[in-house]
Amino acid sequence: MDFGFTTAAYVVAAILFIFSLGGLSGQESAKRAVWYGIVGMAIAVLATLIGPGQAYWFLTFMLVILGAVIGYQLATKVQMTQMPELVAIMHSLVGLAAVFVGFNADIMINNMDALFAANDRVLGATVGDSFTAIGLPKEIYDGLSSFGQLIAKKSGVEITILRVELVLGIWIGAVTFTGSVIAYGKLAGKVDTSAKQLPGGHLLNAAAAAASLVLALMYLGGSGSWTLVLLTLLALFIGYHLIMGIGGADMPVVVSMLNSYSGWAAAAIGFSLGNDLLIVVGALVGSSGAILSYIMCKAMNRSFVSVILGGFGGAQGEQMAVEGEQVAIDADGVAAALNEASSVVIVPGYGMAVAQAQQAVSELTNKMRAKGKNVRFAIHPVAGRLPGHMNVLLAEAKVPYDIVLEMDEINDDFPDTDVVIVIGSNDIVNPAAQDDPNSPIAGMPVLEVWKAKQVFVSKRGQGTGYSGIENPLFFKENTRMFYGDAKDSVGKLLPLVD
Amino acid sequence: MAAFKKQTINQVTLLGIGGVLLLAVGMVAPASFMQHFIVFVLSVFVGFQVIWNVSHSLHTPLMAVTNAISSIIILGAIIQIGSSSVLITILSAVAVFMAAINIFGGFLVTRRMLAMFQKS
Repeated sequence: MDFGFTTAAYVVAAILFIFSLGGLSGQESAKRAVWYGIVGMAIAVLATLIGPGQAYWFLTFMLVILGAVIGYQLATKVQMTQMPELVAIMHSLVGLAAVFVGFNADIMINNMDALFAANDRVLGATVGDSFTAIGLPKEIYDGLSSFGQLIAKKSGVEITILRVELVLGIWIGAVTFTGSVIAYGKLAGKVDTSAKQLPGGHLLNAAAAAASLVLALMYLGGSGSWTLVLLTLLALFIGYHLIMGIGGADMPVVVSMLNSYSGWAAAAIGFSLGNDLLIVVGALVGSSGAILSYIMCKAMNRSFVSVILGGFGGAQGEQMAVEGEQVAIDADGVAAALNEASSVVIVPGYGMAVAQAQQAVSELTNKMRAKGKNVRFAIHPVAGRLPGHMNVLLAEAKVPYDIVLEMDEINDDFPDTDVVIVIGSNDIVNPAAQDDPNSPIAGMPVLEVWKAKQVFVSKRGQGTGYSGIENPLFFKENTRMFYGDAKDSVGKLLPLVD
Repeated sequence: MAAFKKQTINQVTLLGIGGVLLLAVGMVAPASFMQHFIVFVLSVFVGFQVIWNVSHSLHTPLMAVTNAISSIIILGAIIQIGSSSVLITILSAVAVFMAAINIFGGFLVTRRMLAMFQKS
């Protein structure tokens, strides 16, 4: 088998990967598309395995099987509420793998350097496509691995570029690794979720970044591999410190960003190995994560930089005082209103998932729909802990996806809606985002639930909740507060709705 | 009309800046780098086009599946594992193992999630 075969397989794999992402434009096509991705991956791995210069077949095979067993366990055992944690920890693995592969490239360059020196040659001094042109004896050249041959044929400039690429790959990979581990810790509640920073804050990050740049230049100047090790340690620190400084509420953006980074790391490694498939996939994944981060930031009306630097941006001056009082209601009252209503919109937030109320909500929905009521769900882009997390949680509870709508699709329908039930969400239905220019969330797009005839808010108790921002919705005339645990509250409604 | 003009100006400016930057890279970088670079730039474009069309409701499966396919880095480790250096083989072996977890875990969990999405 020669390189032509491998390249052909890579083209097929790249196209299959693009199909597998493109298929996610619809729920039904997505079910088919995931298979394209699986087949693409199988083709790519097999083609590489039987490609030129491969060894340790058995070891590779066993490791893949072992990885498959663990991957299977992870994928089948994970709760849908834990999805963000799983995604975060998986990013960390890609990051670490990129670091290792990058270091291997550096070791290989050093080994080739030594090999050339032993044969009275200088690596990169002579360029050519064959062993005669670069001056190595044929038997030595033939004994090299495919990657070794690739390096042996490179010119001095090309080796410098290779070093730039592997520095980038290692740096991004290391930041992704520790960043994802911390993001995992924060999402799983194992690390304090508040925005924490070491003394020095972002100055420390900036200094570490500057020091990495200096080290990178020293490495390129030929100072040896210790600069690369130090640079990696700095990158690991930056990943740790950067994400420690970001609050738990911003983790969706962070996870999207790390998703993007893991792609860019793969692309950088692809450059250094001269492997186009790695470059294609890295670029696809990188741009995907970047778009997700952008969508999340837009949905919070915040700039990407302000999220990464931590804390809310743009809040100045006194917040508007809220007038009126919160009026409570009991299950009978809510049920009576639901029985009379013909159109109902449910606005779920992460609080619904925390209370494990999805199942009860789904049953309530079925009951109301059986009565011929128009029941729909309104999903804000930042509801949940991951982009699209709410949709998965509702799908798991068997809520049909065609009644689950996005903010843009449903926001104009609220004035014609009889009853809105807000379950476990707060900021995404806060009218202050539109009315109060001094609110910390001013300008953030929100679901305009207050325009409906009646709003019920299922909430654990009084108080401002996760973000600490007062919500005037709770004080509006058409709003009634339905206090209590979301699961119990909805459970009480079930027998009353007929 | 004004919006259209502004958009045109923005687009042309961006294209211009991008073109100049690319030329600048091309001046210093050798041809072997540029061959890979064109693949990279085109893939970023394809990525942006494709991902904008992904339904918002499927963003979590999107993250899981991109996670799985970014484990394509396993190829790098497979290429290196056969090297004569023991250290390289060890590092590659660990990388193969980690990437394999991701590939299987990522694809399986994506499948599991997508199967939950049912129409009424």
